[in-house]
Amino acid sequence: MSCWETLTDYGLRSLGIGERLLPRGDYTLCKQVVLIGSGMIWNIYFGVLALMAGFFLATTVALGKASENRLFRKPAEWFIFLFRGSPLFIQFFFAYFLFLSLKGVAPFFSPLTSAWLGALVVLFLNTSAYSGEIFYGALLSIPKGDLEAADAYGLSGWSKFRRVVWPTMLRLAWPAYTNEAIFMFHATTLVFFSGFPASQQNGDALYYANFFADKTFNPFVPYPILACYFVLLTLSVITLFGAVNRRLNRHLPAETRQRLRIRPQILR
Amino acid sequence: MFSFCADPSALSDARWFACYLTTGKIANFYLSFGTVLLLLAITAPAALAFGFAGATAARSRIAPLRWLGQSYTAIVRGVPDIAFFLFFVIALDQGFEWIRHKIRCPDWSEPIRQGNDFVVCTAAKLPLSTSPQWVHEVYGFFLAVLTFAIVFGAFAANVLYGAMRAVPHAQLETAEAYGMTHRQCFWRILIPQMWVYALPGLSNLWMVLIKATPLLFLLGVEDIVYWARELGGTANPRFTDYPHGDWRMWFFLGLLIFYLGFTRVSELVLQRLMNRLTRGQATSGGERQRKARA
Repeated sequence: MSCWETLTDYGLRSLGIGERLLPRGDYTLCKQVVLIGSGMIWNIYFGVLALMAGFFLATTVALGKASENRLFRKPAEWFIFLFRGSPLFIQFFFAYFLFLSLKGVAPFFSPLTSAWLGALVVLFLNTSAYSGEIFYGALLSIPKGDLEAADAYGLSGWSKFRRVVWPTMLRLAWPAYTNEAIFMFHATTLVFFSGFPASQQNGDALYYANFFADKTFNPFVPYPILACYFVLLTLSVITLFGAVNRRLNRHLPAETRQRLRIRPQILR
Repeated sequence: MFSFCADPSALSDARWFACYLTTGKIANFYLSFGTVLLLLAITAPAALAFGFAGATAARSRIAPLRWLGQSYTAIVRGVPDIAFFLFFVIALDQGFEWIRHKIRCPDWSEPIRQGNDFVVCTAAKLPLSTSPQWVHEVYGFFLAVLTFAIVFGAFAANVLYGAMRAVPHAQLETAEAYGMTHRQCFWRILIPQMWVYALPGLSNLWMVLIKATPLLFLLGVEDIVYWARELGGTANPRFTDYPHGDWRMWFFLGLLIFYLGFTRVSELVLQRLMNRLTRGQATSGGERQRKARA
């Protein structure tokens, strides 16, 4: 079987398109590269959607935590504490079994027990809490002078938030948020190891890497392949977020701009 | 456990739970919390040692050693660490067996990798197939600890490397001016002052380490996640005196609360430690303490 055929057979295997059975015996390098790459579709799906949706909830949570009103502040604080204080792995398990019970009560909840929605919800809430904390920190470090200037121009309420507070908050939070995005993508590898079933063996990249390592009893091929994919993903995240960072900082003189610094903040 | 536990089916709710929560099976669940704490107790110093070695190597004056240290600190940046966990457990196991194979069976001629199999001679198997069950469990746990120590050592190396660079350079120059050797500067000036800069990073790492402990489950150790799944599943009245439905949700809720409490307590303890370490330091935190006392 040529490598091209492998690509057409297994390229979209993680979505259930193409060959139904996973390869048995004869685990060529090509098969491993294609199948693990196919699994990356899920990692990107989870990461991109959770980050995009989480961005808005994170802003809300950060504003809530910075609010003077206890009614907004307390729930936001608890939300952040709940999701940052416990392991994502346990959150996945708990959410999965919670969704199972809900499904028993009402069939309406049954999509939540499959990974594409259930795990996405958990990742969405998790990243909202982590980025909410980052945005909150940035919100507190907005220079006083900027806010006074906004007042002096007669801005208030929504227009002050939209024109001064929010852009400055984003600008200050962006390096940390880039980091969060990278580790969000890394966290997506936990999904299929934590209760959520991979139906018909449609799993993510780590699921397939683990599959190959189990079958060939040789971890030195599949895991480095996975590592390459993730390094590429990390680099593209850095490129994309770096472009946004330049845009957010474009009004500042070059030497005061914040550089992106990637620091490992790791597992959740 | 209690005298009234003889016939669980006739008990009221509170007493039923008192009996249920003290059965031998649930004791496994409690013991597994000990496993987690043991893992933390061994891994934390081991990771710190790995990290210290890594950071020292990364600032070494000998180039190959420096490259080794720098690549060790760099490996964890781009790749999900769970992949490292899964990788190292097999890789270490095979590495140990390979070394033992080379020593114990030097005249073995067949290749070790035969297709999809990894074959070493029986004398090199780890643990030996004749050894009792507990040896297998201890070996599995040992591999898990080593894996954790390697991965978290890389993170710790990052933190310590940054902390060593954060010590004001004038301090080192002064030490050199007093005629201290490079080694003396390192041990007497750099290391004692480094900790206050390292502590925020290290406490963050401790939190992360706590939150990484459920991954023991993936390394094949019977930890809290394993027992929560085992015991929480529907208990059939035919096999147990304490039948119940699917309680895995509640077991994991318990774990969630355990971890929340654990991180909260750690946070408070580390806060106090930080206060203690900042005392008298030439940092803004130390200055604030001095002013508050004055």
